[in-house]
Amino acid sequence: MVEVLSIIVSSALVYSAPLIFTALGGTFSERSGVVNVGLEGIMTVGAFSATVFNLFTASTFGSWTPWLSLLFGGLIGVVFSLIHAVATVNLRADHIVSGTVVNLMAPGLTIFLTKMIFDGHGQSDLIKERFGKFSFPFLKDIPIIGEIFFKDTSAPAYVAILVAVIAYFIIFKTKFGLRLRSVGENPQAADTLGINVYGMKYAGVLISGLLGGIGGAVVVQSISGQFSVSTIAGQGFISMAAMIFGKWNPIYVMGAAIFFGLSQSLAVIGNTIPLINQLEPVWLQVAPYVLTLLVLVLFIGRSQGPKANGQVYVKSK
Amino acid sequence: MKKTKKFGLGLIAAAAVLSLVACGGKKSESKSSNKDSYSAALVTDVGGVDDKSFNQSAWEGLQKWGKANDKEKGTGGFNYYQSDSDSEFEPNLNSAIDDGFKTIFGIGYKLQPAIESLADANPDTEFVIVDSTIKGKDNVASVTFQDNEAAYLAGIAAAKNTKTDKVGFVGGQEGEVIGRFEAGFVAGVKSVDSKIDIDIQYAGSFGDAAKGKSIASAMYKSGIDIIFHASGDTGNGVFSEAIDVMNTNPETPVWVIGVDRDQEAEGKYDGGNVTLTSTLKGVGAAVEDIATKAQKDKFPGGKTIVYGLKDGGVDLTDGQLNDETKKAVDAAKEKIISGDVKVPESPAKK
Repeated sequence: MVEVLSIIVSSALVYSAPLIFTALGGTFSERSGVVNVGLEGIMTVGAFSATVFNLFTASTFGSWTPWLSLLFGGLIGVVFSLIHAVATVNLRADHIVSGTVVNLMAPGLTIFLTKMIFDGHGQSDLIKERFGKFSFPFLKDIPIIGEIFFKDTSAPAYVAILVAVIAYFIIFKTKFGLRLRSVGENPQAADTLGINVYGMKYAGVLISGLLGGIGGAVVVQSISGQFSVSTIAGQGFISMAAMIFGKWNPIYVMGAAIFFGLSQSLAVIGNTIPLINQLEPVWLQVAPYVLTLLVLVLFIGRSQGPKANGQVYVKSK
Repeated sequence: MKKTKKFGLGLIAAAAVLSLVACGGKKSESKSSNKDSYSAALVTDVGGVDDKSFNQSAWEGLQKWGKANDKEKGTGGFNYYQSDSDSEFEPNLNSAIDDGFKTIFGIGYKLQPAIESLADANPDTEFVIVDSTIKGKDNVASVTFQDNEAAYLAGIAAAKNTKTDKVGFVGGQEGEVIGRFEAGFVAGVKSVDSKIDIDIQYAGSFGDAAKGKSIASAMYKSGIDIIFHASGDTGNGVFSEAIDVMNTNPETPVWVIGVDRDQEAEGKYDGGNVTLTSTLKGVGAAVEDIATKAQKDKFPGGKTIVYGLKDGGVDLTDGQLNDETKKAVDAAKEKIISGDVKVPESPAKK
């Protein structure tokens, strides 16, 4: 039983780690009032740049490479999200359109660059330094709990959980967070109080670029091991779903992402659990979606975003 | 304010140009220098021509044919059209037809409906569907592979090397083609020792590495030590998990058996390789063969050509197999070729 639980938890965490990062990024952006459907594209760019960084610096940084690549992926994510920020904040573009542009541009750009860098191949080489499995010292020796949660698990997932807690603190307990939220709820009022609305929106979008890029970098370095067109296939959109599911609250958002991971791994592990493995396999394959629907209808209720989310703010009006 | 506006516009313009360039990269224009006007193109299954698998192998075959016949890449010679999603099959086939290619290869069974619907409207174009069959159309040839035979050999290799008497199979999507792999693998394992447990799981996708990794993780933890994957990019997750397992716990070795082409590179890690062996599928050889035939006006329209162990259409790599396993594999190969062993084509109903 402990064995089964530990499989479920560890593979749920591997699956959710990138979703948590990216969904938190989306939360920052939308809290500032900018809808960011470009998360998918930002993840793609993050995944690509982390792969390149990992491949070219692995010999220098050794086992630290994955973490540094994570930051590098985040950094490039910030640069890329600038496009979305400039378009939506300064140029008053429709947020959905601009986000879609980001999503369309990212795969084209990254595959083009992949071909330039890797002798015309549409796939990068395989990275050598990965996240692999991580066991917490001391904690892993706790009976049962240690086995389930802290042995052979995913380090980025725990970092993601930590980031979620920090994000909660920033958004709800700091001056910056209050300003960010007020800009997302009522930019006019915020502006009359002397808050730099454009600045806050930029901050929100750029943080989403950072976290989205990190999310993409996690996918490459803990799951796929290389970058190709199928590396980021829908995770950005699932993250958006997690953000809405989690009602734009970092802790709930994290919970939603982990829930997605959990239902996914339950579906996979179900085959090895007695009784459940008697079911037709199709039931297990649809389980994640059915579970999500049920939870949404029964427990979550109405999910309401920031009030001025998606609206273009024009200062002089 | 004005400045930022200009800067923003510049950024977007630059980005737009870049993405245009990126799109343009696919089609390079060059006229063929050759006298005869025969030309051939292929439309990929989802994934690039360097997916280290199916598409790549096909493209290599077409390139080889092109080189041998002094053709150039581009319209009038040979080219490929990359499909990034299922919805791009038909547009890609149409572009290939519009560009005047004489023979068009559809790489992968998923293109079957698209080819079937376009074949009647374009009687002058020759179509080839790889890994599926379309019957009763004179301008369509079908190519299939006896993957079950290669999978049978993989099964023997797995059975000979498992220490736990438990092996696993990870499929992409359930269906006729992957069913052949499953059936062959199961038969191969059972031919060595019928007591070995085989866990069969389908990811429901050929491009979901995360799911592949979860499945592999569950399998390895349940004591399975060898996984045969027939799941395209989903298999990347299987390799990734196997490498992670070896990096944390090298005392209990785990293995992956690759599919369609030698996946030795995927299994490499510091201190060894988790790729036990790979089944090979001669998509490239088949493409080359048919292009050569078609060029000489001998296009096998309306026919189904089956490539198996006998004609080198499928095979198994040596990989990390020990001598004893190799011997057993070779013996089985001979028996299949001589017809003493018949490998089942579809899995037994549960």
